[in-house]
Amino acid sequence: MARTLTFNIFRYNPSDPASSPHMDTFTLPETERMTLFIALNKIREEIDPTLMFDFCCRAGICGACAMVINGRPGLACHTKTKDMPEDITLMPLPVFKLVGDLSVDTGTWFRGMYQKVESWVHTDKVFDPAAKEERMDNALAEQIYELDRCIECGCCVAACGTALMREDFLGAVALNRLARFILDPRDERTEKAYFDIVGTDEGIFGCMGLLACEDVCPKQIPLQEQLGKLRRKMALAAVKNILPRFLKKDF
Amino acid sequence: MRIIQSDVLSVGAGLAGERVAIEAAENGFSAICLSIVPARRSHSSAAQGGMQAALGNSAMGEGDCPDVHFADTVKGSDWGCDQEVARLFCDNAPIAMRQMAFWGVPWNRVVPGEQTYYKGGKPFTAFEKPENEGLIHSRNFGGTAKWRTCYTSDGTGHCVLFTLDNRAAQVGVTVIDKVEVIGLIHDGETCMGAVARCLKTGELTAYLAKATLIATGGFGRIYRESTNAVICDGGGLIAALDTGVVPLGNMEAVQFHPTGIVPTDILVTEGCRGDGGTLLDKNEYRFMPDYEPEKAELASRDVVSRRMTEHMRKGLGVPSPYGDHLWLDIRHLGEHHIRTKLREVDEICQSFLGVDPVHQLIPVRPTQHYSMGGVRTNKDGAAYGLKGLFSAGEAACWDMHGFNRLGGNSLAETVVAGMIVGAKIVEFLKGAETVIKTASVRDAMAAQQARIDDLINCANGRENPYAVKNAMHDAIMKGAGIFRNGKDLETCVADLQEILGRARRVGLRSNGKGANPELTMALKIQGMVKLALCVAYGALKRTESRGAHTREDYPERNDRDWLTRTLATWAEGADLPTLNYEAATQTFELPPGDRGYGGGKIIARDE
Repeated sequence: MARTLTFNIFRYNPSDPASSPHMDTFTLPETERMTLFIALNKIREEIDPTLMFDFCCRAGICGACAMVINGRPGLACHTKTKDMPEDITLMPLPVFKLVGDLSVDTGTWFRGMYQKVESWVHTDKVFDPAAKEERMDNALAEQIYELDRCIECGCCVAACGTALMREDFLGAVALNRLARFILDPRDERTEKAYFDIVGTDEGIFGCMGLLACEDVCPKQIPLQEQLGKLRRKMALAAVKNILPRFLKKDF
Repeated sequence: MRIIQSDVLSVGAGLAGERVAIEAAENGFSAICLSIVPARRSHSSAAQGGMQAALGNSAMGEGDCPDVHFADTVKGSDWGCDQEVARLFCDNAPIAMRQMAFWGVPWNRVVPGEQTYYKGGKPFTAFEKPENEGLIHSRNFGGTAKWRTCYTSDGTGHCVLFTLDNRAAQVGVTVIDKVEVIGLIHDGETCMGAVARCLKTGELTAYLAKATLIATGGFGRIYRESTNAVICDGGGLIAALDTGVVPLGNMEAVQFHPTGIVPTDILVTEGCRGDGGTLLDKNEYRFMPDYEPEKAELASRDVVSRRMTEHMRKGLGVPSPYGDHLWLDIRHLGEHHIRTKLREVDEICQSFLGVDPVHQLIPVRPTQHYSMGGVRTNKDGAAYGLKGLFSAGEAACWDMHGFNRLGGNSLAETVVAGMIVGAKIVEFLKGAETVIKTASVRDAMAAQQARIDDLINCANGRENPYAVKNAMHDAIMKGAGIFRNGKDLETCVADLQEILGRARRVGLRSNGKGANPELTMALKIQGMVKLALCVAYGALKRTESRGAHTREDYPERNDRDWLTRTLATWAEGADLPTLNYEAATQTFELPPGDRGYGGGKIIARDE
């Protein structure tokens, strides 16, 4: 019952003036436990040495191999051919700048994102090498880890309606990142500081709630739950800011 | 010519490279990290297990201190390490872990009261002290006297890398990703930076620096079966070896991990065995206690890997289309434990094997995992041979691992060495100015451009770089794997020499424009074969068994003749590395003794 798989792959090398965007077709006999990692490397090593795609850990930990697989953003290393039809169409992720074929530049986008949300612990304290570590509740540490599991593959951004329409939208990944710092007692930023970063249409209020980000997240991070929490928190912060002082209470 | 200048240039943006860059930036120096991939995709992210530091907070870590950690590290190295370096490492590890906590790592913390842990497949209870509540917790790893591995569930590498990259962004370290170093700029005495090829456009740039750091991680991809990320091809080591003057240390010391899954060789964490996972053969019989009655599955990695191979050689492996393998059984740990504490393992099994580890066995086999060898440095992280060149992390032979390393010591090394070497580089920068010779820069750029042109024009031949890579894989898997002997190593060296000839005749089938992956492979294949030769030739000459280096024809550890470190340099045009030797350690805080596991005869120093 061995199948022959057909791969329809987007091709374009922006550095080569002779290249124009088009689709190429490759066929491979399917082998047991084949993943797209195995298939794409086989195509490159045996059929077309110029085929550009990214893999790094090839184990679902680093996020390098995200691409649009039969219309849906996902990790190629994760994708077993036995779960796919015989016809497989592979496209590069949208939103990110194309490097060539299936390879995109996620690094620049994500660096910009974490500069915008200032993705680091803000504190006035100074590390004391002679002191014991500050204590933390284990349950809280595990909660932070839950949000820290994001691998910056870019699938949520590629699947996001708002991100496709407006370049400046931070995306679920950035909002999740900020939620991680809001949760973290080591970060001493005020509610207003957080609000200034994400209390806008570029941030939490730009989200249309289409839920695609969570649907495609390969790490199953509860993105919508975080977006919901953040939206309520920021809405509350916005209300507080317009209330006359005598009406303000601690919410 | 495109030139970019900085005080520190780190080749590599994993944990070691970034930690050094942060130290420099915090002290007011400009620091650039070059990386083949976005920093957060570095192979550091894949380390699931944890980082060893003698904090002594947990019940099973009680009484731990740097002295105990030091003894474990030296024993683990099979007395092949530099003891001064091991001491530095163990003393500084607790500070580095606390610093990572300060910067935001969500380490798992001590929960007071009765806790259930697993050891050797059986649950037991430990009482965590109320006064330690909230301090950094630690778990068990192979080969240690105390539980001292700090962890964040099983995403330690990922969490620490993200935290460190945040810190790097905060202090202004410049990370340039999708760029690959293809040669160092030097005049035979001083290193002045590196030539790098952009993996987005193919453009060459000269990066000049007062201090250049090689932190490119391991070189596992010279083996076919490796747990390493596909980027772990030894790029930084190749650049160092190509200088002709910088030696690589102990390249024959290669560690195999017992539990790579079959067929993709993705690693499932040692934590599986630490938490009580067991190894079964084709009869689903637990065989490790027969070989290692005391430690069983928790014996050191090389011992477990070797016992597994031994057991499979007896015909007790599970036959499969990909060759024999064994089973890892974690079913008894229960659904809750597997889905939370071992979630990455659960995901790997489900996603890459279609196996549910709560109900099914996991197919595993020993797989290349860690390279103890690397750019030989002194205790300050300064490379031998060139002033201004440094190295840290897995790329370096610093050398606290000797001939084997403990699980959890390598990930810890990245940030501890980064902290120590970073401070030494800051001292170096404060003390000296570097003269950049424009002729050296021009020559290095011209040489790299010529290499690229020759490959595109097939000036030296039309060998297919991928075919050469496959030939190299065949040769080294056959001759320089877990078990080694003179006859197979001789064949391996001869085969690799022939393959090196082919690597020198590589030419492209494509036009090499832009981010062309064929050119990327062609540029590094010759260097990879040279690294393979350093491993195989070093292993052939080392006529003893020490740590992960196991000779069937020389089963004893020979302290009389081999309490040494191999130094391999490569003279231009040569077909083999030049091997020299130095004493493994200058000072003996702990005199050579039994490792305490794995058995084997020892020829004493004074025999």
